[in-house]
Amino acid sequence: MSVTYIDAIREAQETLLRDDPRVFLYGQDIATFGGAFKATKGLAELFPGRVFDSPISEDAMIGLAVGAAIEGLRPIVEMQFADFSSIAFNQIVNQAATHFYRTGIPIPITVRLPSGGTVGSGPFHSQSMEGIYAQYPGLVVLTPATVSDAYHMLIDAVALDDPVIFCEHKFLYRWLKAKSINGDLLPIGQARIIRPGKHATVVAYSAMVHEAVRAADHLQHDGWEIEVVDLRSVKPLDINTVLASVARTGRLLAVGEAFPWGGVTAEVVSRVTEEGFHLLDAPPQRLNARDTPVPYHPKLWAAHRPTPESICQALRKLLAF
Amino acid sequence: MPSFADGAVTHRDFLRSAFQSMLRARILENKLSSLYKAGKIVGGVYLGRGQEAVSATLGTALIQGQDVFAPLIRDQAGRTAFGESLLDCTRTYLGSLQGPMRGRDGNIHRGRPAEGIPAMISHLGSQVSVVAGMLFARRLQGKLDGCVGATCIGDGASSTGAFHEGINLAAVEKLPLVLVIGNNQFAYSTPNRRQFACADLVERARGYGIEGFAVDGTDLLACASVITEAIRRARAGHGPQMIVARLLRLSGHGEHDDAFYVPQNIRNDHYGRDCMEVATRQLVEHQMVTSEEIHAWNDQFADEVQRAVAQAQQEAPPDPYHEDWTALSTRFPLPLRTSSPSTVRQPAAQPVCS
Repeated sequence: MSVTYIDAIREAQETLLRDDPRVFLYGQDIATFGGAFKATKGLAELFPGRVFDSPISEDAMIGLAVGAAIEGLRPIVEMQFADFSSIAFNQIVNQAATHFYRTGIPIPITVRLPSGGTVGSGPFHSQSMEGIYAQYPGLVVLTPATVSDAYHMLIDAVALDDPVIFCEHKFLYRWLKAKSINGDLLPIGQARIIRPGKHATVVAYSAMVHEAVRAADHLQHDGWEIEVVDLRSVKPLDINTVLASVARTGRLLAVGEAFPWGGVTAEVVSRVTEEGFHLLDAPPQRLNARDTPVPYHPKLWAAHRPTPESICQALRKLLAF
Repeated sequence: MPSFADGAVTHRDFLRSAFQSMLRARILENKLSSLYKAGKIVGGVYLGRGQEAVSATLGTALIQGQDVFAPLIRDQAGRTAFGESLLDCTRTYLGSLQGPMRGRDGNIHRGRPAEGIPAMISHLGSQVSVVAGMLFARRLQGKLDGCVGATCIGDGASSTGAFHEGINLAAVEKLPLVLVIGNNQFAYSTPNRRQFACADLVERARGYGIEGFAVDGTDLLACASVITEAIRRARAGHGPQMIVARLLRLSGHGEHDDAFYVPQNIRNDHYGRDCMEVATRQLVEHQMVTSEEIHAWNDQFADEVQRAVAQAQQEAPPDPYHEDWTALSTRFPLPLRTSSPSTVRQPAAQPVCS
């Protein structure tokens, strides 16, 4: 018996609908059809009047959620793909994210973004938006990398009074399995050392955690012990756990699947340089996707995002400094 | 305030009440304009001059504490009619810490969302779906019966994607949403002919599958008749209602703008007339108010405005050294947990996704 990452997301939503009458689900094709990725399969039948198909109107979907949150509900909105949330960008960053600061009324909405690349998905079904949303004040941005986190962080996200951008990785949906959803109960905002080491720190999140662990496993054959930190939440960013790791290893590589200009890896490197410059034995490094749209062809795509091979290469360079 | 809509007041009472809100708003906005020109208000001042009849009628017909009213940039009269205090306005324009926005946002970007008045953002069309969401939530909670939600936008905002998405969503859900489009002929400086190509914006209602009304926005009696009927129909379950009120903005976009681009012939035509003058004439002719009453109200409202301005000016501004510089209500870091949250349970034995 095993649980996949998307089972965990579906299960979390079932739990939330069962336990919290304030929760409802809103998104495209999520009711009868059960969602493009089946993250809501069967929930419309289990919870009549709580799971709604929306028109193809991402802006209005978030506007509706904000209005419902003002009235005391806790909507979970599914964007069919993270990429399409660009249509809802205004409502997310200007309406939802500013609301508490401006009015004192919090907006507890959870926006689920099926994120990241999968084979053949191309420029408009592969994006990683976490860095964009993390730039704006007033949002919590989560990037679960494990089955347990997919479940528990979604439960926790809905419990938060603030708007949460929940970046779930499409590649992990069915590829990632666990024996159960049991986990270590870390709160939101706390990073996890997923693999201990002493020669270098890799900071990663979402699917890149698994690529980083593979790279670390590979380098172990050569005697290198690489520590991997799973950020879990990119905003708030648990820089203390990262700094503590860098204090042990003296070397930092930040890995992300998003585009390279700015973003989460730049923030991690910037913060470590600012607050932990004295801990560094080598210039901190970043590894991101390339600065092009995400390509369609599997051969191009595989060379566009960080892979265990490119992470190994970056780590060897870092370790050789 | 008792509402026309609940049958507690007569047509005469309704019109007198709406007229008072028009007058209060006009006097308040004239004062705001003076304060702006004297350099006492930063940012901008945006007036609803010429749109008071539409806005006040809407605000008067809605029921405070029951309905939702999402005002926009030219709705001082509607806000006043819906029960927003003059102090909420002056405190927000003057940046008092005691205002609803506490100096964090200014001018017309104010509201009391928990009291059914969402605080607008500058991105036009955005409030339509928010009001729809508030109504949608009330339906889910079984609290929608008898409620309506209204929002106002201009001819320019009718060109946004958010407008289209919001009104279409409200139509799909058959929500009691009343959308008042004040077609004041200019979006900032852009005239109708550069904004849309249909003969009249009300034609769009048919495309959305909702009911539409056109009204002369300079005519208080016409506004009262049409807008109260639209609200009645929304309340009675006829779904979203669109009202297109034709009028002319009798100011610049803001007080920084002299509106040189509005041609004289447009200023001189029927819709260029001042709704305040029309309303005064109508109500006096119908013996609903006397000139003496209007004079007395003028004095009374000028005094109220003066006091609201003076009080806001005396209040403390926000202090950057004591400002709570956080945009989140959650205070991180969260405490570590020692036991499993109560919601946790084992997932289904079989994966639900194949």
